[in-house]
Amino acid sequence: MSSIDYTDKIPNNVNLSEDRTLQRALEHWQPNYLNWWQDMGPDGSHGFDVYLRTATSTTPDGWAQFGHVKMPDYRWGIFLAQPEADRRIGFGDHRGEAAWQDVPGEHRANLRRIIVTQGDTEPASVEQQRHLGKTAPSQYDLRNLFQVNVEEGRHLWAMVYLLHKHFGRDGREEAEALLERRSGDQDNPRILGAFNEETPDWLAFYMFTYFTDRDGKFQLCALAESAFDPLSRTTRFMLTEEAHHMFVGESGVSRVIQRTCEVMKQTGLEDPAELRRHGVIDLPTIQRYLNFHYSVTIDLFGADQSSNAAIFYSSGLKGRYEEGKRADDHVLKGAHYKILDVRDGVLVEKEVPMLNALNEVLRDDYIRDSSAGVNRWNKVIEKAGLAFRLSVPHKAFNRHIGSFAGLRISPDGRVIGEIEWQANVPQWLASEEDRAYVASLMGRVVEPGKYANWIAPPPIGINKQPVDFEYVRFN
Amino acid sequence: MDPVVFIQQHLIDPEVCIRCNTCEETCPVDAITHDDRNYVVDPAICNGCQACVSPCPTGSIDHWHPVPKAAAYSIEAQFGWDELPPKQALPALAQPLADAGAAPADDAPPQANAALSPTSARPPWSAAHPYLNLHTLKKPVQATVAGNFRLTAADAEGDIHHLVLDFGTQFFPLLEGQAIGIAPPGLDAGGKPHYLRMYSVASPRSGERDGYNNVALTIKRVTSDHDGQPVRGVASNYLCDLRKGDTVQVCGPFGDRFLMPNHDGSNLLMICTGTGAAPMRAMTEHRRRLMVAGKPVNARLMLFFGARRPEELPYFGPLTKLPASFIDTSLAFSRVPGQPRRYVQDLLRERAADVVELLRGDTCLYLCGLKGMETGVLEALADVCAAAGLDWPLLHRRLVDEGRFHVETY
Repeated sequence: MSSIDYTDKIPNNVNLSEDRTLQRALEHWQPNYLNWWQDMGPDGSHGFDVYLRTATSTTPDGWAQFGHVKMPDYRWGIFLAQPEADRRIGFGDHRGEAAWQDVPGEHRANLRRIIVTQGDTEPASVEQQRHLGKTAPSQYDLRNLFQVNVEEGRHLWAMVYLLHKHFGRDGREEAEALLERRSGDQDNPRILGAFNEETPDWLAFYMFTYFTDRDGKFQLCALAESAFDPLSRTTRFMLTEEAHHMFVGESGVSRVIQRTCEVMKQTGLEDPAELRRHGVIDLPTIQRYLNFHYSVTIDLFGADQSSNAAIFYSSGLKGRYEEGKRADDHVLKGAHYKILDVRDGVLVEKEVPMLNALNEVLRDDYIRDSSAGVNRWNKVIEKAGLAFRLSVPHKAFNRHIGSFAGLRISPDGRVIGEIEWQANVPQWLASEEDRAYVASLMGRVVEPGKYANWIAPPPIGINKQPVDFEYVRFN
Repeated sequence: MDPVVFIQQHLIDPEVCIRCNTCEETCPVDAITHDDRNYVVDPAICNGCQACVSPCPTGSIDHWHPVPKAAAYSIEAQFGWDELPPKQALPALAQPLADAGAAPADDAPPQANAALSPTSARPPWSAAHPYLNLHTLKKPVQATVAGNFRLTAADAEGDIHHLVLDFGTQFFPLLEGQAIGIAPPGLDAGGKPHYLRMYSVASPRSGERDGYNNVALTIKRVTSDHDGQPVRGVASNYLCDLRKGDTVQVCGPFGDRFLMPNHDGSNLLMICTGTGAAPMRAMTEHRRRLMVAGKPVNARLMLFFGARRPEELPYFGPLTKLPASFIDTSLAFSRVPGQPRRYVQDLLRERAADVVELLRGDTCLYLCGLKGMETGVLEALADVCAAAGLDWPLLHRRLVDEGRFHVETY
């Protein structure tokens, strides 16, 4: 069944009305979710009509329907991608067996942990971004922020559905806890570190959606391979939505760069301090934001050697990125992988069993993907005829998880001492002063077609609408 | 000047694309692929169905460049791009026609990729609303073979089959002129699954058997390639050899342009060769059933149908039984011993007066068959119009704009 049933209180394409117990449980959770949205959703936005995309089916013609809606009325629901007939497990010890429609008892705890960890990031990012609406550089960007927010909310629904349907009372308790934790809260924080950081300004938001939502993409891709078929189908549909989030990040940073380059060309200036007087974000500051978000995000992939990762893989819970396109045996028992280690003050490669290094495998896939986008940003600078180039720092730079935690490593990959680190860190990571400057630029622009001075208009509107379309009606 | 050499090539803007993979995941015919740099569309596979357009988060997917068919950008060329090439300037005649089909910024959807000559980018205004892409390659439906008959005489060189597929209780609504996709089972020489083949339906919307959930296809067994070298067509041989009760994986429906008008007084001018008869048969049969049911569409049907010999003309028997008051049929045979070779364009010239009269009226034109016929047919149409004082370039453009000129060749 591909069409979504909107007559139900909870829109869904999983025949929810046929499972009365589950339906009642989720209808009990729904008002709690809406209360959470009222409290922690985008600040002051509940009365706006926002030009949002809503899915009416999970097939290509149905999942991108556009119209103005008030966000609290958004039809959050449960949408699973089309089932694949006779789907087989593609990797691990159960390779070739039929995919599971229910959770095998022995994998229950691990699967629950995977789903809760994924689910926790979704409301966390809404909380991190809840004040950004006050300083949006345009209606277009405000609309994109809200689209990201409502879809993160829907991704929470996707995970909560799995918890309720497949994990009984434990699952229901976990679903409640997902609404109780708060990003940055001292007593009850979100599970992962990066999701307790603030998203204080729009450059940080674009960097977050580019780098950190891309981590989401890779995690979802790995889960889309899962032997647990409902998880695979859920994450496959989430990926289609996630694409928009990375678009917001990639195009957002690109437009900031484009605007800076325009001013650099017009004025012939290169000095960051002088450029700041023209109200744009200088390229070195963009590089420092990049260094921060990149390094914080690659921590999210976990320790470089992890027996949990090996267990998750061998038992079929979580695959690799594009598992189906890889040519190896998909079991990996004898395979090895080179990871980085520190020996005698220098970084060296060492070979370890691949199963234990699967976090690192996924991290390296992520690094390739995210570096490609940085190269596309460089094309914008190159087109403007400027010599500056952005780059991603070394993967050991500014790490807090894995074997580099506690070490000081420069962006070009040298192990350094605390003194050198302290002397240079203002050039490497966005400083308080940088953040204060960027914050000073954040003023609200609400007229259709107007854009803040520090960002270029997009090349094309949403859903082929013009760039001066009324994406948000403030009423 | 050769009027039949342009396609609207579907391209992705590498400057705007964020490489999110949504289009590749969405494409029902697997026409989209990528390397480390770019996502690209294979012009040989893309059928212009646009399933990828609305899911694309960036809008980078929606680019359609008119290019000479012979010089379509290969996927290798597209992999190397940092930005889209500028749109090419076309010869004067082709420009307005091709642009009329493109105009993606307006309400008109871009033109399908399959046709070689200017063809309408939308169906006639009174066409029924089609269902599209209900079933993809990743999630096909299983149809059962209800019948498989050879249409051509036993001694005919061409082996054309009439295949009837039943969908049981599965939802697979089809309109005349739409196509379905079938991927033969198994792997090709490179170890990859066979790609999807598209077949126009030969039966009307109410089913091959009226009121049944089934569909007919017209399939020619391929035994030689375009250059006459012997080759065994994987899909056509698979389909021609199916037996009653066998099952087939089917995707679709595809096609939202090559559809028939339904309003009172809408004439059909149909020109086809060989298995290109399939959509014409479907449209004719739909109109015939309406007539039998006492709900005639008061309009004229004119059919030009070419084959090598009468023995190789699919549906020859039933066709000759239709009353002349219902359909005006002209048959052209190009290989009858002792007779001069006659092609459909020769018949168009012979029947010039009737053709022009029809073109002046409320008529939709459909052209389907081997692509070799296109040039000759378009020339013949231009000639008969010129002789009658009708401005063909202007009329052609109007027909294209109004969704009344449809070409499907292969």
